[in-house]
Amino acid sequence: MQIPYTVEERPDTGLYNAKLGVWLFLASEVMLFGALFSSYVLLRTGDPAFMTIPHAVAEALHLGEGAHRWPGELNVPLAFLNTLVLIFSSVTIVMSWASLRLKQFGKYRLWMGLTILCALGFMCIKAVEYNAKFSHGLFPATSNFLGIYFALTGLHALHVIGGVVVNGYLWGPGAKMWKTEPERFTNRVEVAGLYWHFVDLVWIFLFPSLYLL
Amino acid sequence: MSGHTVEEIRSEMRRYWVVGTALFLLTVITVAVSYLDVSQGVAIAIALVIACLKGGLVAAVFMHLISEKQAIYSLLLLTVLFFIVLMLGPMGGRLGSTALG
Amino acid sequence: MSVLEQEEHGSDERAGRHKEPFWKRYIFSQDHKVIGIQYGFTALCFLLFGFSLMLLMRWQLAFPGKPIPVIGGLLGADNAPGGIMLPEFYNQLGAMHGTIMVFLAIVPLAVGAFGNYVVPLQIGAPDMAFPKLNMASYWVYFLGGVTMFASFFVPGGAANSGWTSYPPLSEIATQGQTWWLVGMVFLITSSLLGSVNFIVTIFHLRAKGLTLMRLPFFVWSQLVTAFLLLLAFPPLEAAGVFQLMDRVFGTSFFMPSGLVVSGEVVEVAGGGSPLLWQHLFWFLAHPEVYVLILPALGIVAEVIANNTRKPLWGYKSMVYAAVFLGFMSFIVWAHHMFLTGMGTTISAFFQTTTMIISIPSVVILTALLMSLWGASIRFTTPMLFALAFLPMFGIGGLTGLPLGLSGSDIHLHDTYYVIGHFHYVVAPGTIFAMFAGIYYWFPKITGRKMNDFLGKLHFYPSFVFINMIFMPMFLQGLAGVSRRLWDGGEQYSHAQGGLHWNEFMSWGAWLLLVAQLPFIFNLFWSIKKGKKVDSNPWQATTLEWAAAPSPPIGHGNFAEVPVVYRPAYEYSVPDHPGDYLAQNDPTETPTETPIETPDKTSGKEG
Repeated sequence: MQIPYTVEERPDTGLYNAKLGVWLFLASEVMLFGALFSSYVLLRTGDPAFMTIPHAVAEALHLGEGAHRWPGELNVPLAFLNTLVLIFSSVTIVMSWASLRLKQFGKYRLWMGLTILCALGFMCIKAVEYNAKFSHGLFPATSNFLGIYFALTGLHALHVIGGVVVNGYLWGPGAKMWKTEPERFTNRVEVAGLYWHFVDLVWIFLFPSLYLL
Repeated sequence: MSGHTVEEIRSEMRRYWVVGTALFLLTVITVAVSYLDVSQGVAIAIALVIACLKGGLVAAVFMHLISEKQAIYSLLLLTVLFFIVLMLGPMGGRLGSTALG
Repeated sequence: MSVLEQEEHGSDERAGRHKEPFWKRYIFSQDHKVIGIQYGFTALCFLLFGFSLMLLMRWQLAFPGKPIPVIGGLLGADNAPGGIMLPEFYNQLGAMHGTIMVFLAIVPLAVGAFGNYVVPLQIGAPDMAFPKLNMASYWVYFLGGVTMFASFFVPGGAANSGWTSYPPLSEIATQGQTWWLVGMVFLITSSLLGSVNFIVTIFHLRAKGLTLMRLPFFVWSQLVTAFLLLLAFPPLEAAGVFQLMDRVFGTSFFMPSGLVVSGEVVEVAGGGSPLLWQHLFWFLAHPEVYVLILPALGIVAEVIANNTRKPLWGYKSMVYAAVFLGFMSFIVWAHHMFLTGMGTTISAFFQTTTMIISIPSVVILTALLMSLWGASIRFTTPMLFALAFLPMFGIGGLTGLPLGLSGSDIHLHDTYYVIGHFHYVVAPGTIFAMFAGIYYWFPKITGRKMNDFLGKLHFYPSFVFINMIFMPMFLQGLAGVSRRLWDGGEQYSHAQGGLHWNEFMSWGAWLLLVAQLPFIFNLFWSIKKGKKVDSNPWQATTLEWAAAPSPPIGHGNFAEVPVVYRPAYEYSVPDHPGDYLAQNDPTETPTETPIETPDKTSGKEG
């Protein structure tokens, strides 16, 4: 027996299954990142030394005399660039969905491909950033601020990788569905897009709260 | 928002670019403001307001929440309530407390 | 798609699926019924395993420092040299008993097994909304279980910092704790997949005419449970990641500065907050209590309505109470933390919400009790377990009130009183309800009834022995006997008055194991030899009996897509010749208001 409402919308909710499903999943994600942010706030306000760069670290980095404050050593230009990359990828994935709704499969491939490239670009920049931290001897254990930085950006990066996998599937092997069930495929791209925008949205909050404040 | 005619979809696509540009500008503003010499509290307030604005744009237009179904709104309302509880609860543990937490 | 088309399509697909290889039909199956049985079997195995861990602990409590007879030598020199249990091993048993019972036995049984098997049938759905996710959910749970089980064999043994894994103790604990955290990440992922699936299934796949207020109460309980799992588990996932980082990468999210362990200051950056873990943990773990109890209430409601041959008394208030209960369960968590030095302001807030949350539980329990009024009750085996559930859950609930008030909690919190309280809720409460469910739905699953005599032989002794274990815990707790102690509190002079109960309680535990033998035998024997029954042996009204054959078709559920005409429990309808009216029975009765058109699907819920 076929499962109803995989493609068409159920009249009373006006949704198809996957869309309700992805929103439930995102609700759960809101609680996950909510807990992470809540922990960040609690730790930051609970420890007067939370934002102070430990003396030994400051010395090793030749920061000079006096107190130094996080996020002083984080790379704002790279994070700024990454923010733009993610915002652009949000535009491209929503364009890919719109292209499918206009029945332009070629354009869909183009926009979706760009989205995946952006995501990979984001990961590369992230890798450069992490690598610079490690080579300067800045590790999660160095201070709780760095711990939070690595935990939050790391979990976010895992979500980006998840997005690359899903979008890559929809760009490559999963795209076969366009020929057989175009409507269902368009729905899948919409759902993947919703997830991807959420990843973008999380970053929009991570960027100022980790790099700028 | 989720129109079906070609015209509607094309106008939506234009809107995506407008919002994308707005997000770009807001990001530039966030970074610029962070170089201003204001107190920590003001800086946090400004950064969070801008972040909320950006997040709101993404949610409203890209995730087309601006024209979503009631069921999704109800779900998100519930989630936001619990999100607030989660943000306030652990901090509230310090109210009137003599212990460190 | 018309009914006829669907029908044809359905039989095609079923025919097609019959050719699937064995491993695809029964191992990596996407059928909700097979997955339900997989969940049920795995969870029952873990239930027995978790139970046996407790039996070992009870030996140590009854006869501290004496060698364990017969199996003592099998436990290994690291755990019990000469058969005498080491404190470290006792701690492992305690931590893993809790973890296994909660996360690997009862939740998977209540939600994974009963939810998966029964919910789609009760709402007239062909399957769960996302069959592949459903399969993934089971196998991720299985991986989590394997990880937890394997942790017993790593150096230092399994996690030994309690099922709550409070830091800083858990941060300096042996390797088993890391395994515990990884296992938890699997279990959290599994329940996330499951809960999304349940919510979409219940909202989207209801049969025609099955409005929200016509849903069987069991489905409602599963719906609220799914929301709890969905929104409460992620904070524990965050906390788990933090603790994993603390242990693996040396961060100090939960490590305060200047912590002294074995006379030396621990070398970490410090500045962390042990209380943060407790907040995040209990943000999940309090709703988790209702995850344990709501499906149980759902099962009991089904069994009671069926065996009293009456509609549930106050169905609507039960539904509203369950929803309110679910909502409130998110804002009571810190009543587990009154002893942490948390501020009094916030304690006052949380004890107020705790008192409020007792109201909906009482509403549901009262409604169930009132449902018995004036009924000519059929004392079937499932009904016996359901009836026993009521006072047991009542005792568990009422003994919780002093724990919800910070003044009295301070005295009771670290004593056996707490153990007695939550075990009354979960053991003779939830587990009895699970047994009721197994006896009740067994004929649906196999087409045969479980043996009634063996069922009674299971019930009466279990009822006596389980009270033998837990009732004295209240006495011990009030006498001030501390929990979590390897020797049961022998070295405390104030505890001496309560210690003589230990032997009595331990005998209760071991006899409880004996009382489970008829059940285990009955379960396997009845699969082949039980009395064959037709598709509705209990003369029940809900869809799983009324429309699906018994046992239901291997893949695919209904020979005919059901349409629902009435509320869930139309028993003993006046002026109707039979004593029940199935939900899909189109008969119009003179006393009823005209039947609503089945097309009118309705209702939203937040």
